[in-house]
Amino acid sequence: MLKDITLGQYFPGTTVAHKLDPRTKILLVVLYIVALFCAKSLVTYGLMALCLAVCVYISKVSIKALVRGLKPVLFIIIFTGILNLFFTPGDRYLVEWGFLHISDTGLRNAVFMVLRIMLLIMGTFLMTYTTSPISLTDGLERLLNGLKKLHVPVHELAMMMSIALRFIPTLIEETDKIMSAQKARGADFESGNLIQKAKALIPILVPLFISAFRRADELATAMECRCYHGGEGRTKLHVLQYQRRDYIALALGVLICAGVIVLRQFGL
Amino acid sequence: MEPILQIKNLTHTYGIGTPFQRSAVEDMSFEVYGGEFLGIIGHTGSGKSTLIQHLNGLLKPTGGQILLNGKDIWAEPKKIRDVRFRVGLVFQYPEYQLFEETVYKDIAFGPTNQGKTGEELDRCVRESARLVGIRDDQLDKSPFELSGGQKRRVALAGVLAMEPEVLILDEPTAGLDPAGRENLMANIRDYHRNKNKTIILVSHSMDEIAQNVDRILVLKSARVLMSGAPAEVFARAEELITAGLDVPQVTRIAMALKARGMDIDPAVYTVEALEQEILALRKGGAPC
Ligand SMILES: Nc1ncnc2c1ncn2[C@@H]1O[C@H](COP(=O)(O)OP(=O)(O)OP(=O)(O)O)[C@@H](O)[C@H]1O
Ligand SMILES: [Mg+2]
Repeated sequence: MLKDITLGQYFPGTTVAHKLDPRTKILLVVLYIVALFCAKSLVTYGLMALCLAVCVYISKVSIKALVRGLKPVLFIIIFTGILNLFFTPGDRYLVEWGFLHISDTGLRNAVFMVLRIMLLIMGTFLMTYTTSPISLTDGLERLLNGLKKLHVPVHELAMMMSIALRFIPTLIEETDKIMSAQKARGADFESGNLIQKAKALIPILVPLFISAFRRADELATAMECRCYHGGEGRTKLHVLQYQRRDYIALALGVLICAGVIVLRQFGL
Repeated sequence: MEPILQIKNLTHTYGIGTPFQRSAVEDMSFEVYGGEFLGIIGHTGSGKSTLIQHLNGLLKPTGGQILLNGKDIWAEPKKIRDVRFRVGLVFQYPEYQLFEETVYKDIAFGPTNQGKTGEELDRCVRESARLVGIRDDQLDKSPFELSGGQKRRVALAGVLAMEPEVLILDEPTAGLDPAGRENLMANIRDYHRNKNKTIILVSHSMDEIAQNVDRILVLKSARVLMSGAPAEVFARAEELITAGLDVPQVTRIAMALKARGMDIDPAVYTVEALEQEILALRKGGAPC
């Protein structure tokens, strides 16, 4: 049950999609999002979907895993779809039934909106599926390096993020273990009303928090023992370096994004 | 003797349909008899913890069956909680499951879930605390003020308080010092002797198993490698060693003596038995 959460899960691989510099991938996702919000016709949406399909094909990530990523936001997708479908005024009504009516613009908006959210999520998930959390934060830190001049603690934020990401699986495992242990003592998480259910969480949350604090404490000590003192003067073991493939990928990304914007100007 | 638990062709595969698919238990069949002290040993990752989580219905088998007193425990999934009260499971490092304000309340969590109240509850809590050697004045303390070893005793008492027919212990002495280890095992032995309840002990330590159990089940890569009385199992010492397992120290000494040409049964596993063997040799007049 808890293990079904795929958020930020990484599927190791050796494809070009895996080998790209994390900064390239982050920038490509940003470009993709920009293009997605500029798209407003069937042609451009088709282009966006095609781009994603090609990337998925290159990365060899299974479609199943990608679709599974949509599950947690299924509700939002359906909700947005319905809202757009029924409550968009338009010139021509296709269906009128009581206070419910579907206009042609409504149908159009609903389809595009749903498509947009789905592509957005799948695109981002594709990045997290092909990039390990560590290199992702590494890339983010390098990209935001300029902000250090504005006294934004970029390194510390990146470190916090990578630690948090590193501990998500550990915490999930721990939660599973504690739940099993309490179930073995007859704890019941399924039945009862809302208040009883909330109360049933106490035997899980208390041990979980205690162990999380203990872990944080131990980690801080271990880091200090190895002379960690923040980002000042800290060098990298793996220095990120753009390769030929990164330039090609970025050029393609910019080209497509620009293409979509141009098409928009032509009303497509 | 009637088996209290029957495990039939039990199979468990984690992560079916993902790249991480892995069989942790494969086609295991064995029986556990009422009142016996069964030891389970196996290399790290051989599936011990996975196996025992099936016995009280925490994990659902992906194949096979578990019968408790002749009845499939999953026959009525809604009643699985009753199985958990009858088959008490103490996890590896159980001290991390404590959560109540006082030791007393924490021990009372299980029996309260069972529906016990009033004097019966009080009796269960105090009796199980006594069984694991927790003093009365410690009952009102916060469990988080106790030492690691004491916390573990509290967690053990929390399961004992449900008065299960079968008690399963997953490496109860891991991470304790030798004195604490022996102390805890003595408590468990006393419990077994006085209550005549079935106990299943999972352990890495051959010596601990050899000194306590009536019967041993040896697991190797998700399967049952052998099972039998300690003497039978340790007689196959070579096989155990190739399976990456140890034999008790005493058995190792006996094997070494045998290898030097002395007429000693290499399957002895207690100090007393080895002593008898050596004394018998001396009486026989052989040079020592
Ligand atoms: N929740 C889980 N999800 C996926 N695989 C698991 C899970 N729990 C255990 N496994 C795998 O199943 C196998 C058996 O694990 P198990 O915990 O039963 O071993 P064990 O014999 O108890 O080992 P140890 O002596 O280290 O406690 C291991 O290879 C482990 O990687
Ligand atoms: Mg284990």
